[in-house]
Amino acid sequence: MSTHLLSAADLTRDEAVAILDTAAELARISGRTVKKLPTLRGRTVVNLFFEDSTRTRISFEAAAKRLSADVITFSAKGSSVSKGESLKDTALTLEAMGADAVIVRHGASGAPHRLAHSGWIDGVVVNAGDGTHEHPTQALLDAYTLRHHLADGEGALDGRRVVIVGDVLHSRVARSNVLLLRTLGAQVTLVAPPTLLPVGVEAWPCEISYDFDAALAGADAVMMLRVQAERMNAAYFPSTNEYSRRYGLDVRRASLLADGGIVMHPGPMNRGMEISAEVADGPRSVIVEQVTNGVHVRMAVLYRLLGAAEGPGASAEPTLSGSFEEAAS
Amino acid sequence: MTTHMVNVRPYGEEAVDITWRDGLIAAIAPAGTAVVSTGDDVLDGHGLIVLPGFVDLHTHLREPGREDAETIASGTASAALGGFTAVHAMANTNPVADTAGVVEQVWRRGVEAGHCDVHPVGAVTVGLQGERLAELGAMADSAARVRIFSDDGVCVSDPVLMRRALEYVKSFDGVIAQHAQDPRLTEGAQMNEGELSGVLGLRGWPAVAEEAIIARDLLLAQHVGSRVHICHLSTRGSVDIVRWAKERGVEVTAEVTPHHLILTEDLARTYDPRFKVNPPLRSADDVEAVREGLADGTIDVVATDHAPHAREDKDCEWAAGAFGMLGLETAFPVVMETMVGPGRLGWRAVADRMSEKPARIARLADQGRPIAVGEPATLVVVDPDARWTVDPSRSPSRSANTPFLEREMRGAVVHTVLRGRPTVIDGALA
Repeated sequence: MSTHLLSAADLTRDEAVAILDTAAELARISGRTVKKLPTLRGRTVVNLFFEDSTRTRISFEAAAKRLSADVITFSAKGSSVSKGESLKDTALTLEAMGADAVIVRHGASGAPHRLAHSGWIDGVVVNAGDGTHEHPTQALLDAYTLRHHLADGEGALDGRRVVIVGDVLHSRVARSNVLLLRTLGAQVTLVAPPTLLPVGVEAWPCEISYDFDAALAGADAVMMLRVQAERMNAAYFPSTNEYSRRYGLDVRRASLLADGGIVMHPGPMNRGMEISAEVADGPRSVIVEQVTNGVHVRMAVLYRLLGAAEGPGASAEPTLSGSFEEAAS
Repeated sequence: MTTHMVNVRPYGEEAVDITWRDGLIAAIAPAGTAVVSTGDDVLDGHGLIVLPGFVDLHTHLREPGREDAETIASGTASAALGGFTAVHAMANTNPVADTAGVVEQVWRRGVEAGHCDVHPVGAVTVGLQGERLAELGAMADSAARVRIFSDDGVCVSDPVLMRRALEYVKSFDGVIAQHAQDPRLTEGAQMNEGELSGVLGLRGWPAVAEEAIIARDLLLAQHVGSRVHICHLSTRGSVDIVRWAKERGVEVTAEVTPHHLILTEDLARTYDPRFKVNPPLRSADDVEAVREGLADGTIDVVATDHAPHAREDKDCEWAAGAFGMLGLETAFPVVMETMVGPGRLGWRAVADRMSEKPARIARLADQGRPIAVGEPATLVVVDPDARWTVDPSRSPSRSANTPFLEREMRGAVVHTVLRGRPTVIDGALA
């Protein structure tokens, strides 16, 4: 793995499989009564969230803490960022405070790339979702979940058929998943109305279809993407009802999956819009499991990015105050 | 006062000595034959190439309003170093150059700075708002004698308003320079729309948003019998449409920027806003098309779209970055590398695209003139083989947002002369 994790394309097949294997190992450990590992003692991990995303933030916090890192969470709301502080000044502040890793969520595509390559900070950068670009740890946790159900929790995903449905145009989850699942040997089909597919999508390493039923037939997994209501106002589709009829996952459609096929969603869901409640809560759904797997996969990413290097040996005392809040243990 | 520029090759042809007095060329003699009297000034041309001084139709000098990014003095100093003897200051200042008062002020500040002629471009609409025409006639009649009008940065998208503007400026031989960008098709746009924008997750700026406006405006210009100038065209489709219109006799002229002649959208992969510009950097095929267009005359001129931005407006994530890049000092080397070096433009054609044609479009009487006795000594001497490395700290520009940072360029400006007065000698401000 390179120094940072900015894109799912940063990962080779061997690296991706190694992360999934590490996550599986960490999952076994978290079955114990004492879940904590000393691996990142004395290291500081900063959660830098310019966008609200409670679930991703909590997942990264839990992952870092189980590895005994000091965790600082910096959310845009109520901080100097909301007072107009630039990405650069925020980064310089974090650098001055000695962050070993910065987990960044930002509304602008490429912001983590900018942080990693601008010379503003020395620490490792992990992309926790940037604009409409990528969300590589989501793809890793999805791959982990797929592997668990479809490949006995081992190796890669060769030959498995995965259908990703919805707002691909604005989805960082879709971009990262197409890249990673392809790296792992899966066959991916994107299904969306043409308005919600980016120009040039034909060149992506996947199939494209407008016909949800046809794409679903015999597939091993379907991943539903969140569709935001404001897309309707921008005329991407005529109405939520029409969207739901053509691209929503209901019980009938879910039954088209192969035996043992699973239903996934990165959350948060719009029940009744892209997915019916019956399917979301149904037997094929692994949506809650995805959340659990997220912690293990993020532990594995931090472990592999930071664990190899020796810590400074300093004490793990919290050293920060002011507008920073040290996340509660 | 007599000055001799000795041993220079006009348009790359036979070496001569050029003698001028009171700003006008008095004699052109074979090299080594000029009669130099005591007290005469002598500029050594080193056997290099002399052309009429470059004229830029598209320059952002940022004054008034953003003097932290550039001033008329700093921007024109940069222009002189780039071989320019006249620039056209775009109207998107604060306040907007939409009245006789503002354009006269800009013009006067240019005269005071003295590095090159500053011709203000007047706004087409009040405050660049695209709602009602600015007082175009008052700007034309002012001391600044405005002939080019543009809402550059914003497109005059209302077809009726565009039609009226095209018609109205006929009475003083003005021209509308259109920034062709359909606003609805480019809401929130960040880079060229194509395969790469989808991968990078940056909102696309489709070629059709430029081409549709150009096609409309060419048909409008034909319909009302006006001339029209297309700013910074950037796509193969735009070149094709302009070529089509010229074949049909539409009075259209068009410009291309140096950066669209050499850089491609791939630079967006860095997410570094130094490469963020409007119109965006396009594909390699578009770059080839604008080079073809410039070579065959479909594109009339090279115009820099020099767009200085304060450091904090570029030192940020891509989406937050400002559009635009510096261009004055690197324009000639880019033309050298992309057009002259590969044999696509000769020196006569460089003089046409960078001096004579822009001066004609702007109706400047004393710029872009032939190198001949009786003509103004407004000249640039260029060394086509000099190599230098771009370093913004050495530029008088107040901004550093060059896309060519640390790049080695081939071709340099050696001397610049404005009506007999050197503004640049041996690559340094005189």
